[in-house]
Amino acid sequence: MNSIKEYFVSFYKGLKSLLIGMKVTLRIFFRKKTTECYPENRETLVIADRFRGTLTMPHDAEDNHKCIACGLCEIACPNGTIHVESVTEVNEETGKKKKVLTRYMYDHGSCMFCQMCVRACPHDAICFDNSFEHAVFTRAKLVKQLNKK
Amino acid sequence: MFDFAVVTQWVDTLLRSFLPDQAALLVEFLLVGLCLLTAYALIALALIYGERKICAWFQCRLGPNRVGPYGLIQPVADMFKMLIKELIDMNHSDKFLFRVAPFIVIISSVLAFGCIPFAKGLEILDFNVGIFFLLAVSSIGIVGILLAGWSSNNKFSLIGAMRSGAQMISYELSIGLTILTMVVLSGSMQLSTIVESQANGWFIFTGHIPAFIAFVIYLIAGTAETNRGPFDLPEADSELTAGYHTEYSGIQFGFFYLAEYLNMFVVAAVAATLFWGGWMPLHIPGFDNFNMIMDYIPSLFWFFGKVALMIFIIMWFKWTFPRLRIDQLLRLEWKYLLPINLINLMLMVIIVVFGLHF
Repeated sequence: MNSIKEYFVSFYKGLKSLLIGMKVTLRIFFRKKTTECYPENRETLVIADRFRGTLTMPHDAEDNHKCIACGLCEIACPNGTIHVESVTEVNEETGKKKKVLTRYMYDHGSCMFCQMCVRACPHDAICFDNSFEHAVFTRAKLVKQLNKK
Repeated sequence: MFDFAVVTQWVDTLLRSFLPDQAALLVEFLLVGLCLLTAYALIALALIYGERKICAWFQCRLGPNRVGPYGLIQPVADMFKMLIKELIDMNHSDKFLFRVAPFIVIISSVLAFGCIPFAKGLEILDFNVGIFFLLAVSSIGIVGILLAGWSSNNKFSLIGAMRSGAQMISYELSIGLTILTMVVLSGSMQLSTIVESQANGWFIFTGHIPAFIAFVIYLIAGTAETNRGPFDLPEADSELTAGYHTEYSGIQFGFFYLAEYLNMFVVAAVAATLFWGGWMPLHIPGFDNFNMIMDYIPSLFWFFGKVALMIFIIMWFKWTFPRLRIDQLLRLEWKYLLPINLINLMLMVIIVVFGLHF
C-alpha cells in the first residue's frame, strides 16, 4: 500500500516541480537581456571604476608625479613588466644624494593586471584606470613611458 | 477561406494542356518534390535561428545579432560553412553503412514531412491511413541512427545510438497510444478528415480531459522521440560529445542536424493537427460572426502559428529541465506515461461511446 501511495505522491511532486521550473524560465525569458552590444554602445558603456585596464601615473597640473624611483614596483612585478630608470642627483646645498626618475617603462603586453605594483608603491604614484581598448598592430607600441618628464 | 486546391488544380490543367498525361504527372512529381525540399530547408533554417534566439533569451542573452539584421543571415552562413566542409572517412569504419545512415535518417524525416496538411488543400500525401503512415515512416529514422552509431567504429557513438534505440522504441509506444486516443475521437486516420472534423471546435476542447492528457503525454513523448533535451541522452554533449553523429562532418552531419530539427517540426505539426485543429481556424459553435472573422485569417498562418507555439513549448522544455539518466528515462515511460496513457485511452473510449464529448 505504501509503495502505491509513494507512486502517486512522487508523480505529483515531480509534476509540480517541473511546472515551477517552467515558470522560472519563462520569467527569465521576458527579463531584460544582459548582453552588451559593444561597439554600438561605446558612448553609453559603463566600466566599473576598479576595473584594471591600464597602469597609469597620475600627474598634477605642472606635470609633477609622486614617483621617487624606489623601484619597489619593479621588484613586486611578477612578470618583469615595469622598468624604472633613474639617475642619482646630488643636492648642491645640502650635499644629499637623491634618486630622480628618468624613464618609467611599462610593457602593457606582458602585464597581467595583478595590481602588485600599485600595492607596493609607498607614495601612490601609480594606479590602474579603466580604459580597455588596447588593440595595436605591433607589440612595440604596447611599451609605454608613463612619466611625462 | 482560400483553398490551395485552386492553385494545384490550375497547375495541373496547365501542364495537361500541352503535355501528355504521363509527362504532366512526372513534372508534377518533380515540382512537388522541389517545393517540399525547399520548404524543408527553409523551415530547418528558420528553426535553427529560432532555437538559437529562444535559447539565448532563456539565458538572458541576445543570441545571434551580427550577421544580417538581428542575425537573420546567421543560419544561412552556418549552412554554407557546413556545405563546403570536407567529408572525412574514418579508418576501420564500415564505409557503406557510414554513408547510407544519414540518408536513411533524412528520408524518413522528409517522408513524415510530406504527410503534414499545411493549409486548406495543401496536402501532399493524404490517404486513409495517413497518421499511421506518418508514424511508420518517422520510425525508420531510428535505423539510420543505429547504423550511424554502429558504422562509426567509435564506442561513444555506439553507446549514443543504443540509447537512442532504447529511447525511441519506448516512446514510440506513448506516441502511438496518444495518437490512437485521438483517432478514437476523430474516427478517422486520414489527416485531412481529422482536420475537417475539427471545424466545430478543436479536439483539445471537444475531447476535453482525455484529449488534454493525451496532448501533454504526446508533447513529452514527442520531445523524447526527437532526441531533444531533457531527453537528449543519445547526444549528451557533455558525456558522449555528440553521440551517434560524432564522426560525421560536412553535409553528412548537416543531414543529421537538419533531420533532428525537422523531426521537431513534424512532432509539433502533428500535435497541432491532432489536438489544435491543424490549419482549421478557431471556431466556436454559435458565434457565427466570430467564426467568419477567424476565417479571414489564412489557413497557412493558423497552421504555422500553432506549430510555432508547439515548437516554443518543446524548446521551453529543453532549456528548463536537466537531462535524465537512462534508467530515469525508461522509468518515466514504462512506469508513468504508459499506464496513464492506457487509462486515458480507456477514458476516451468511454467518452466517445457514451457521447460525452462536445
